[in-house]
Amino acid sequence: MLETIWFVLWGLLWAVYFVLDGFDFGMGTLLPIAARNEADRRTIYNAAGPFWDGNEVWLITAGGVTFAAFPKAYAVMFSALYAPLLMLLFALIFRAVSFEFRNKIDSPGWRKVWDVFQFLGNFVPALLFGVAFANLFMGIPIDGNGVYHGNLLKLLNLYGLLGGVFFVLMFALHGALWMGIKSTGDLHDRAVGLARGIWPLLLCAAVAFLAATAVYTNLYVNYLKLPPLLVFPILAVASLLTTRFFIASNSVGMAWVCNAVFIVCVTFFGVFGMYPALLPSSMDPAFSVTIANGASSPLTLKIMLTVVVIFVPIVLAYQAWVYSVFTHKITDEDLEDEHAY
Amino acid sequence: MDVVMLSRLQFAVAVFFHFIFVPLTLGLSVLIAVMQTIYYRTGNETYKRMAKFWGKLFLINFTLGVVTGITLEFQFGTNWSRYSEYVGDIFGSLLAIEATLAFFLESTFLAVWVFGWERVSKKMHLFAIWAVAFASNLSGLWIILANGWMQNPVGYVIRNNRAELDNFFTVLSNPYAWGQFFHNLAASWMLAGFFVLGISAWHLLRRNEEDFFNRSFRLAAGFTLVLALLVAVQGHNHGNTVAKLQPAKLAAMESHWETQKSAPMYLLAVPNESAEGNAIQAFGIPGVLSLLAFNDPSAEVKGLKDFPKEDRPPVLLTFLNFRLMVGLGTLFPLLAGAAFLFRNRLQDKQWLLKALPWAIPLPYLAIMAGWAVAEIGRQPWIVYGMMRTTDAVSPVPASSVAVSLLAFGAVYTLLGVLDIYLLRKYARKGPAA
Repeated sequence: MLETIWFVLWGLLWAVYFVLDGFDFGMGTLLPIAARNEADRRTIYNAAGPFWDGNEVWLITAGGVTFAAFPKAYAVMFSALYAPLLMLLFALIFRAVSFEFRNKIDSPGWRKVWDVFQFLGNFVPALLFGVAFANLFMGIPIDGNGVYHGNLLKLLNLYGLLGGVFFVLMFALHGALWMGIKSTGDLHDRAVGLARGIWPLLLCAAVAFLAATAVYTNLYVNYLKLPPLLVFPILAVASLLTTRFFIASNSVGMAWVCNAVFIVCVTFFGVFGMYPALLPSSMDPAFSVTIANGASSPLTLKIMLTVVVIFVPIVLAYQAWVYSVFTHKITDEDLEDEHAY
Repeated sequence: MDVVMLSRLQFAVAVFFHFIFVPLTLGLSVLIAVMQTIYYRTGNETYKRMAKFWGKLFLINFTLGVVTGITLEFQFGTNWSRYSEYVGDIFGSLLAIEATLAFFLESTFLAVWVFGWERVSKKMHLFAIWAVAFASNLSGLWIILANGWMQNPVGYVIRNNRAELDNFFTVLSNPYAWGQFFHNLAASWMLAGFFVLGISAWHLLRRNEEDFFNRSFRLAAGFTLVLALLVAVQGHNHGNTVAKLQPAKLAAMESHWETQKSAPMYLLAVPNESAEGNAIQAFGIPGVLSLLAFNDPSAEVKGLKDFPKEDRPPVLLTFLNFRLMVGLGTLFPLLAGAAFLFRNRLQDKQWLLKALPWAIPLPYLAIMAGWAVAEIGRQPWIVYGMMRTTDAVSPVPASSVAVSLLAFGAVYTLLGVLDIYLLRKYARKGPAA
């Protein structure tokens, strides 16, 4: 029971992370096509300004909680996916640095370099998360000792790549909508236009991914066993449709919220489909890391549950407050501030 | 090179590079919070400018601290997966609690501080910087509770082929961890003090913004002196803990080979590991090692020869780093004492103003040396007495680690150079910009 609660929390942390850092990923990915001039670019940077670092902590926490609650899953996942995880790490390093360094030297060439890293630092993680999670859904070649028998190229299979494209589009829409919330004028119109353009692509990718999931993975087994769980894929489709509705009616904020629900449902759909495995093995189901063979001791799970139950709501409360303080549209005044990115 | 050595090198690169940025974050956040509190209380605009100027340097430094910290969280899984699996029940929890309690608070309120000058009330804005200072130091506590557990594992049972938590309170009250925490905390704050003194001195020498930098200097001078003394006192206390709990490390720190009572300390010693002794040792003062280690000049100090060869740490590196740390640690109170003594007539003491900017790197060097003693001196154990470093490494090919090590080397060098360049540029520019 305790292990199952932790499994759900594990999924929840990933979902929150994707909702929050997802829009940063999307804005960075769209930076080269959405921005026409320096003011546009700086608006996009500052639209993520007060948020991206706090968002990234959800990844650190998701990683830390995996370590604490499912040490074996953490150990096997990180060592098996050695190359992609280090690529993710370097991408995140360059993203952070591009925020901080870009405006520190007054030279167009310098800024251009960091714009490239801002793009890569957001696009690459979005893609990698998609590829990685799709491969997890399918199962990865790990043996009974947690040794990985694949390589980087094996992760780039058809289903993995489809997952990558799907995640990039999902976050791109999320980022376009956030950009719309935070900007005015031409940039705002362009952001909403992008959202409108991305939406049908995302719909296609989502449908293709759901269909391919039935072919390549066993995720649906859990849903057939416990049909009420189907609420997540159904809600995912519904929220994707309402996202389109709100884009059409120019309610960008509502569209962003609906897309956030979509991201949560997609994450839950995948994670709950894997239950009870955190790391399914494609070599033999007996080699999978599950909540039964991968969890921490009951004492640790109880202590960590207490910590999470008390502190995560507090974190959510103060982060929500910070979002409410900084949801305003970026103005020239904001860009003139000496601390602005 | 084998995968163990490559992984150790990579971890060393990752952790030492990370620790270039951490101590300044811990200490400077506190100093900025103090400056801003004075501004809040008195309304004196100079202190607002001070908070902003030092805050800008803080931020340039902070970002690299954050991103290189994520590297460390990844490293345990990517390169030390056997370790992570074996001790995650305890070690992983401490990291997860660090993230939940400290990292969120730190990053979220730093954003409030950076972007909130005009958007939140003055009181809330002051609260934000104190929250950052509190949270960054709190994260230091949790990570040292984790490291302290590797140094002195307590509160666990071996069950299900791994170390499982037995008593959480015992883990939290680990004397080794607390000793290390306070020593490290004092050193970090002192480092921030020297950072402020050094940059202020550079500007005062050029008579830039004299009021601004005099105030900065005076604020930091007393602070730095007190902390330089605390580092030494707490270093001695922590040395006693090491002597009790990690006798092999203590013996390596002093290159002490023969178990003996009234053990002397040699002012000059050159270890020769293969000969199991010192190639040169001279100027021995009888009983001093016993006195320093156990506060008793006649106490018995265990020598390296009493440990099986496979249980001894690398002596030369541990010994040299320890000497470097202690040597610098002796210099700091003198330097900080001079700064404090002459704080009101600095222009008469040009030598001091010239010396202090050059002193900025010294606390960095001392802290690195201290961590080298702690980590190299713990070898061959990853968890002291429980798990060997060689048993902890991930089942990944050496070639993968070699490639990632090269990548870390290249990326970190580039970022380190750029960051130091920017810090220097903005430090020299002064508050006017």
